[in-house]
Amino acid sequence: MSHRLPNGGRLIARGTPRNFTFNGKSMSGFAGDTLAAALLANDQILLGRSFKYHRPRGVVASGAEEPNALMELGTGDRFEPNQRATTTELFDGLTAASQNHWPSLDFDVLAVNNLVPQFLTAGFYYKTFLRPRAFWKHVYEPIIRRSAGLGRAPATNARDTDRYEQIYGFCDVLVIGGGIAGLQAALSAAQAGAKVVLWEQTAHWGGRAPVDGVEIDGKPADDWIKSTLQTLESLPNVQIRTRCMGAGVHDHGYVLGYERITDHAPRTDAPRHRLWRMRAGKIITATGAIERPLSFAGNDVPGVMLASAMRDYIVNYAVSPGKVIVVVTNNDDAYRSAITAHEAGIKVAAVIDARSEANGALPGQARALGIRVLTGQGVRKVKGGKRVTGVELCPIDSDGKTQSEALDCDAIAMSGGWSPVVHLWSHCGGKLTWDETGHFFRPDPARPPLGADGAGFVLTCGSAHGDLGAVLAGAHAAGQSAAGLTATDAPATDSLPDEAPLEPVWIMPRAADYDLRMKMWLDFQNDVKVSDVQLAAREGYQSVEHTKRYTTLGMATDQGKLSNINGLAVLSDALGQPIPATGTTTFRPPYTPISIGAIAGEARGSTFQPLRKSPIHDWHDANGADWEPVGQWRRPYTYLRAGEKRHDAVNREVKNARENVALLDASTLGKILVSGPDAGRFLDMLYTNMMSTLKPGKCRYGLMCNENGFLMDDGVVARIDAQSFLVHTTSGGADRIHAWMEDWLQCEWWDWKVHTVNLTEQFAQIAVVGPKARQLLERLGGMDLSRDTLPFMEWAEGRLGGFDARVFRISFSGELSFEIAVPASQGRAFWERLMAEGADMGIMPYGTEALHILRAEKGFIMIGDETDGTVIPQDLNLNWAISKKKDDFLGKRGMEREAMIDPKRWKLVGLETLDGSVLPHAALAVVPGLNANKQARTEGRVTSTYYSATLGRGIAMGLVERGTDRMGEEISFAGQGETRIKARIVDPVFYDKEGAKQNV
Amino acid sequence: MLILTCPCCGVTAEETEFHGGGEAHLKRFGPGSDDADYESYMFSRKNPRGVHFERWRHVYGCGKWFLAARCTMTLEVFATYPAQTLEPPADVITAIKSKRPEWEGFV
Amino acid sequence: MSEISVSALPAAQSEGFVRVTEAGLRGMITLRGDLASAAIAKAVQEITGAALPPMRRIVQAGENAVVWMSPDELLILCPHDQAPGMEAALRAALAGEFATVANVSDARAVFSLSGTAWRDALAKLCPVDFSTLGTGDIRRTRAAQVAAAILVTGPEEVDLICFRSVAQYMFDILSAAASAGSEPALYV
Repeated sequence: MSHRLPNGGRLIARGTPRNFTFNGKSMSGFAGDTLAAALLANDQILLGRSFKYHRPRGVVASGAEEPNALMELGTGDRFEPNQRATTTELFDGLTAASQNHWPSLDFDVLAVNNLVPQFLTAGFYYKTFLRPRAFWKHVYEPIIRRSAGLGRAPATNARDTDRYEQIYGFCDVLVIGGGIAGLQAALSAAQAGAKVVLWEQTAHWGGRAPVDGVEIDGKPADDWIKSTLQTLESLPNVQIRTRCMGAGVHDHGYVLGYERITDHAPRTDAPRHRLWRMRAGKIITATGAIERPLSFAGNDVPGVMLASAMRDYIVNYAVSPGKVIVVVTNNDDAYRSAITAHEAGIKVAAVIDARSEANGALPGQARALGIRVLTGQGVRKVKGGKRVTGVELCPIDSDGKTQSEALDCDAIAMSGGWSPVVHLWSHCGGKLTWDETGHFFRPDPARPPLGADGAGFVLTCGSAHGDLGAVLAGAHAAGQSAAGLTATDAPATDSLPDEAPLEPVWIMPRAADYDLRMKMWLDFQNDVKVSDVQLAAREGYQSVEHTKRYTTLGMATDQGKLSNINGLAVLSDALGQPIPATGTTTFRPPYTPISIGAIAGEARGSTFQPLRKSPIHDWHDANGADWEPVGQWRRPYTYLRAGEKRHDAVNREVKNARENVALLDASTLGKILVSGPDAGRFLDMLYTNMMSTLKPGKCRYGLMCNENGFLMDDGVVARIDAQSFLVHTTSGGADRIHAWMEDWLQCEWWDWKVHTVNLTEQFAQIAVVGPKARQLLERLGGMDLSRDTLPFMEWAEGRLGGFDARVFRISFSGELSFEIAVPASQGRAFWERLMAEGADMGIMPYGTEALHILRAEKGFIMIGDETDGTVIPQDLNLNWAISKKKDDFLGKRGMEREAMIDPKRWKLVGLETLDGSVLPHAALAVVPGLNANKQARTEGRVTSTYYSATLGRGIAMGLVERGTDRMGEEISFAGQGETRIKARIVDPVFYDKEGAKQNV
Repeated sequence: MLILTCPCCGVTAEETEFHGGGEAHLKRFGPGSDDADYESYMFSRKNPRGVHFERWRHVYGCGKWFLAARCTMTLEVFATYPAQTLEPPADVITAIKSKRPEWEGFV
Repeated sequence: MSEISVSALPAAQSEGFVRVTEAGLRGMITLRGDLASAAIAKAVQEITGAALPPMRRIVQAGENAVVWMSPDELLILCPHDQAPGMEAALRAALAGEFATVANVSDARAVFSLSGTAWRDALAKLCPVDFSTLGTGDIRRTRAAQVAAAILVTGPEEVDLICFRSVAQYMFDILSAAASAGSEPALYV
């Protein structure tokens, strides 16, 4: 059984107990424990069930590479699935639960999958569920949904109560990984004068060196780590940070770092996670190496773990995974685990070494301690179900049919060698090379990822570089090189006993038969076995990327940190080619999963995206505004009175505008000042009609097209003086049109003397609309707004009721209308003044829906309704606004194309249903027969359709083939299902055709 | 994510401060141009594997457009330069040639 | 006009490791033109009291300041009620020049950040290396999803200018970035 040792534990504080629960059961550990260590200390070997077969699983590793020990942590709003117990620091009150079992961890009904594992081999889903097709929804999918998967999603009503943030950092040299190599690299770069940032993903500095017994300058590594940290902390050009993982390396030295601020000690005043968006001149990855499992039958039984993880638990947490252990290896390094265990008082039954001989320093030391070493042997199979009870051995080169010996044990340490963590090197294109000695892929320094200057920007050091022995000299060189210095001799020397080379063992025993191979796990989390990869190869999957997807090898949340090389080796063997010829799959960020909260940062809730507010926004909000998003603005769709329905409110607002006086907040309209000696010439290019001839004091409506000739914006231009125009754009068009103007002025006509200034937000703009509009404004006093002084399509400025006003006599409703711009700071007061002055006249505000109806009754087009990016002004019968005098304007050439002058183009018409109903939005006009694509033939579509309160019936505009030539004709529009709605083609101006009402 | 130096305000900033504007040094063909010229102006864009000239606007900065010479394969930025030019200036051409001797030149 | 003129978020304030305060109405005038022109330099000097700033710099002159915005654009800061007069004076002084003057005071909101750690707060929102900015510098950038101009007015003071319509958004993200307990210890 696993248990806490009486002494030791370099990371735990025995005087500080920590209480937690696992599956509702109270347990305790110590400050400094990881959840995995604390569970093992409580003899909780069984931690979860596997993905497909629901096999019992225990902890395999001690860090970020852990595939099995995934937990559901927290409850309610703080519930989170799939958290690794090995990287979860223990705190008081932690609640953990195991995943993927039903009904319980100890008794899982779906473990029946495990009895017939041949049912779930590679490609199983593709092959099995193909037919009968109808079975998918009702039989297969429910079964799969029940059986597959990891943790549960949070409850639908749960809301993450934690805060998250992002932050931008800058440095010359970013060192990722706080082992001794990373520390040395950071120190050397800093002493060379570079601005250095150092990140370590765990809570502790020094990495494996203290556990592995590394000596630096003849002293324990811990001494050197401590003094180096003190130096780093004292340097003003260094920032060091624990619990911060280098998640991804991207173009031009951009690195994402994932800092876990409160995971180990939850509190509410600090953000839980912080996502670093670091820009580094050079990056040094000192990310270490990950030990590889060995592929033997039953290598997934709880109690089998990586040899390095076992000594981590013993040394760092004083936790022994068992009473009697067996070490299985193909290298010298694993002997450290045997020695460590022995020295901690744990019985080591034997070291099983696949190599024919083991005569290095570490095996020698083990033998000297009386540890039994068996060479040329391998594991035939592991005995036990929910925990290891023993191990059967066989000669390493045999087929494993007969056992040579059996040993009793309750924990097994396995080591198949090490693989450098090359992820960050590879994310942005760093290439790898196969190391024939260490049998791993290592970074190829000749082919680094390239930065903005074309030079490599990532360096590696330590075991991440492939240095599995001494690392400080290489780390020092990397640090100096990253800081722009030529490398000098290292200031410190790390020493380890020499190790004999490992001997690759990809399957144990090497000639294992099928029964054994289908019990050898490669990918623990996704339940991919040696037999699955071999099957994929037999079925023709030669590319490693295809095999990965077919078998799901390496596609789990651990992204194959343990399984990658072993899987590649098995695939290569099956394909009869060397491993480098097979290559690796692509390493993609993040290195380990990061929270969605960290990715969102501040962009959630009310700050998910900017909400733009007009200066009168708060008044609207307090007076019944039923908001509608218009880009990032919110505009009142209508103003609801108590108990009023939307439709009724809209009708009330329309009628009031036609009969009394009404206000519209038009502040969102774009207002761009175009000024300079060439301003008129410039606007003549921008607009289809002539603007340069406009006289100061006058207004003119104009159309803007893109170079295709398609309408992109419209609005009223007011000439301010000889050199200045104020261009009004649509609400959505303000920024776009301003950018469009600047593009032409800066990039095409840069010698023209024109300036633009976007004044959109400088002014609150209020439309005062209705027969009583003038009467209302006259009450304010200060300006003569009579018909003769300020006729239709003119503007004036002055003091209106004490406000700084610019009054435009323009109308988008067909009524007598004044659009009045006042400085934004005065907007709210001006609006309230108008409301107060007009109270006895029945003044009401109206929203965007009434605005639309009022303009539709008049046949005025709306950009985005009548236009969709394929409509030219001629389609909308706006030929009058296209100048024939101008040689050139934007879009003129586009309009000359054949398709644009086709007489069969759809033209804008009014549409009246025969029964007075409202046509469906965007309804298509259909004609009998099918088109070339076997779809119903169409001859038009509805672009705007409303109930007109003024006329008491539905009105619509639409684009209809040759529509203007077909006045009075009846056509059919598609309704729900097969229904057809008859409508008559009419003049789009439904109301006050002569324009008498607006020109009063 | 790229970093670019705006030649108009001297700020070196990350890509999110900028807005890409497609291929640089296009010649406008307006009224009177033939169909082929108009088509190439509107719709034909280079997509080279290697040296490319692009338009960028420093939209969250000084608001100015500028041009960049960049390698589409390695993302190396050879130079950024003001937009008020019909073709890449000589010093930009030289900078590219020094890094990519095999480059055919601006066409 | 003070009785009818209001800023975007009057008196909004939050206390975190940096204090964020809506600074009230400020006069702001955009001046576009050739910044190398003697006429512009003369007009600006005479009317604001300040010389033309070099690239990305601010020149202060009493209550007025002149801010470099782009190679052909300045922003003139002054008391809000003086902006119309200053706009008119500049326009008159530059008549005949190719220059454009526009009062943009009300198009903007201004937030003052005070505290030694202002860089630590802004680093959460802006992709800017704030170690490169000192007193008298201006940096236009984005704060999260909106445009911002950061004016370093002192060692422990910056003004941040944004569009008026997004004042609430800006205040909310600034307040969150500066909230106590979230100190990133990056620049301080």
